[in-house]
Amino acid sequence: MDIHEFIKQLAEQFDDTDPSEIKPDTKFQELEDWSSLTAMGIIAFVKTIYGKEITGLEIRSCSTVADLFRIVSNK
Amino acid sequence: MNEGIYNPFTLKGRKVLVTGASSGIGQGIAIACSQAGASVILNGRNETRLAETIALMKEGEHRIVTADLTDALSVKDAVSMLPGLDGIVHCAGIGQRIPCRELREDDIDEVMNTNFKAPVMLQAEILRQKKMNREGSIVFIASIAAESPSMGNAVYSASKGAIISYANCLGVELAPRHIRVNCISPAMVRTGLIFKGAVTEEALKADEARYPLKRYGTPKDIAYLTVYMLSEASAWMTGSNVKITGGANSLINNGLY
Repeated sequence: MDIHEFIKQLAEQFDDTDPSEIKPDTKFQELEDWSSLTAMGIIAFVKTIYGKEITGLEIRSCSTVADLFRIVSNK
Repeated sequence: MNEGIYNPFTLKGRKVLVTGASSGIGQGIAIACSQAGASVILNGRNETRLAETIALMKEGEHRIVTADLTDALSVKDAVSMLPGLDGIVHCAGIGQRIPCRELREDDIDEVMNTNFKAPVMLQAEILRQKKMNREGSIVFIASIAAESPSMGNAVYSASKGAIISYANCLGVELAPRHIRVNCISPAMVRTGLIFKGAVTEEALKADEARYPLKRYGTPKDIAYLTVYMLSEASAWMTGSNVKITGGANSLINNGLY
């Protein structure tokens, strides 16, 4: 898995955040347009694109984008 | 039960098919039907899990008919093994939480095939093979999700809305033979379906506390309403969709994910 590709997919989930703002050290749950719907969207794209299953709990346990990437790539 | 007391809710002597009987609401319904005196035909995909349900039921002439209801050939075979039915409870179903933007064709097929197409095709096969007795009763387990929107629940809600509309038409077609068709729309019920995936126990507890009766439903809560709908007590009831919600008729279950 490539983190840049992952970030590109992740950025798609945000309507009002500029993709350039999303970096490995971004605290994504602190972004202004973060919501429970965004978390659901992440669960869905991780399944569609990577064929992997993550839970909302795992997403919430992450601080940064890199944390999230680590969890998904270790699946 | 004391034989001297008239019980309009009895299912004694009735043969009732319950789909999705291996767990959750379907399992609760199979148990309650057996306690009410019915002979239950349990359908699911996994024989071992169905046998576990039978172990929890009151003894009687219960049978297991395994079939994957999304497979037409399998359904045809299964229906040919059924006796004439006095009751059917369409309970097999799956949940899904995907935002509208992320929905793919497979996601729609997965939910619609199980929650809508499968019960419709099973019901058609039962009618073609003349396995539905006069004055029988058919119950669909729908959901308040059909009318109460929540995030990520679009296809699930639509599948339940679809089955409710279907049931209304089925009821009109079967009324001449005094076969009744009704739906039950529960709010949140504690089953494996809602625990699958992301939800934490804390989030569920917080949501549950918003219910006027301060708890989610149990399979038993839904099962007793089902027994009523299958029994003579509901003889004048058809084309109805009864909400059973602990008072939470329009709560939106946000924040669970």
